[in-house]
Amino acid sequence: MFKRITFTLNHQVVSLEVDIRKSLLELLRDLGYTGVKKGCGVGECGACTVLVDNTPLDSCIYLAVWADGKNIRTVEGLAADGVLSPVQQAFVEEGAVQCGFCTPGLVMTTTALVESGRAYSREEIKRELSGHLCRCTGYQNILKAAEKSLTHSGEHKCRCDK
Amino acid sequence: MYNIQSYYEAETLAEALELLVQKPSLKVIAGGTDLLVQLHHGRIPQVDLLSIRKLRELAGIQLLTAGEIVLGSLVTFSDLVNHQLIKQHIPVLAEAALAMGGPQIRHIATLGGNICNGATSADSAPALFALNAQLKLTSRSGERLVPIREFYLGPGKVDIRAGEILAAIVLNPEDYRGFSGEYIKFAMRQAMDIATLGVAVLCRFTAGQVLEDLRIALGVAGPTPLRCSAAEDFARGKVLSAENIAAICELTVEASRARTSWRASKEYREHLIKELTQRALTSARAKAVKQVSLDAGGGEIV
Repeated sequence: MFKRITFTLNHQVVSLEVDIRKSLLELLRDLGYTGVKKGCGVGECGACTVLVDNTPLDSCIYLAVWADGKNIRTVEGLAADGVLSPVQQAFVEEGAVQCGFCTPGLVMTTTALVESGRAYSREEIKRELSGHLCRCTGYQNILKAAEKSLTHSGEHKCRCDK
Repeated sequence: MYNIQSYYEAETLAEALELLVQKPSLKVIAGGTDLLVQLHHGRIPQVDLLSIRKLRELAGIQLLTAGEIVLGSLVTFSDLVNHQLIKQHIPVLAEAALAMGGPQIRHIATLGGNICNGATSADSAPALFALNAQLKLTSRSGERLVPIREFYLGPGKVDIRAGEILAAIVLNPEDYRGFSGEYIKFAMRQAMDIATLGVAVLCRFTAGQVLEDLRIALGVAGPTPLRCSAAEDFARGKVLSAENIAAICELTVEASRARTSWRASKEYREHLIKELTQRALTSARAKAVKQVSLDAGGGEIV
C-alpha cells in the first residue's frame, strides 16, 4: 500500500508515493540522506534523530507517512554554501566527534536547543542530550560542544556562573 | 520495514470510531513509541493501523470551571513536563513525565498510549493512580468513565472494549487540590530506562501537620500498578512521625505483589518499596511545609 505525501526536506518541497510500511529513517536514507544513521532501530540510541517541525525525534520509530505536511531537517541541511553551521563548527572545535556515528543526531538535537532561544543549565543540557548514546563514550567533549553552541555571538546564554 | 498491512488516517473522532466498527481488526496508533517497537520485535506479527494522530478532539490540556483538569489522550510527555497548568496544579505528574524515556521519546509518546499499553512500569501510572484519574472511553454508542484502578486488568491488558478509544484523562479537583506529591523512579540509568520500581505519594495535611489524606501508588510492584489502601487508611489522622512512617512503609510492602524478574529480585523490590516510600513521604512532607510557608507570606519554616 502506497500513500502520496508532501513535505519540506531541508528547505525543499518533496512530493512522493511512499510505502506505508516504511519508517522515516528508511525513506530518508533511500533518498540519499545517509547522515541519518540507523542504530538500534527501536528509539533508544538517538542516531537517527531528525528535526520534525523543529522538534528532535527518532526517525526509526516515526512512520514515513507521518512526514506529510511536516518540515523535516537532517544534518545535510545545516551547512550553507560550504560553511558549517555554528553547532557543527562547535562540535569540530571541541573534538566532539570520534567515530562520528552519533554525531548527526547530537548535532540535530543541539541545533533544536539553540533555536529554542532558551537558556539551559549544564544539567538541563545533559538531560536534553540523554536520548543519544555515544559508543565511543566521548560525552565530555559533546557536552562542551553543546555548551559552546548555546553561547553564540559572544552572548553567554548558559545559566552557569560565568 | 514494519509489517503494516493497511493504514488509515482518521480526520475526525467520529470517523475514527466509525472505522473501528467497520474494521474491527484495526489497531489504534498515536505516538507509536511502544507499538512500532513491538512490531519491530515481532511481538505483533502484522497489523492494520488506524492513526488517531490528527484528532484535535483528543489534544490539549484544559482546566474546566468546576476545577477538573482534562488531559486529551494525545497529550505528549513533553506537554505534561512543560504545560503551565500541570506545573502549577499537579507538579507530581510533570515530575513523572520527565522520568520517562528520553527527550525524543517524550516529544512524541502520548499519555493515552502509555496507559493503553497496560505496562506495570508505565511512568505515568503511579501518579495517575494516586490522583484517582478517571478515563473517558468513547465509542460510536457512547461514552463511559472508568477509574484508572479498574482499567488495568493484567500485564499488557486493559479494559478497553472493541470500538472504543481512550479520549481523555480526567482529574477531579478534590483529588489534586491541596496535595503535595512526589514520584520516585528507581532504574539503573537516569534516562532511557524502564523503572525497576516506581512510587508516587500524594499527601494533604491539616494545619497541625496531621495527615488528612494520603495516597500511595506503586509501579512494577505487581502485575499492574497498584494502590496501598491499608497503608493509606492507617495514615489518615496521624502525624508523619518516624514511627508512623515505618508502619506505613511496612503496610506498603504488604500491599505489593512484587516478583523476581531479570531487572531485580522480589526481595530487592520489597526493599526498594520500603525505602522509596519513606523517601517519597519525607519529600512530599517537605514540599507541603514549604507550600504552607509560602502561602503564609514566606514566614519561618517549621
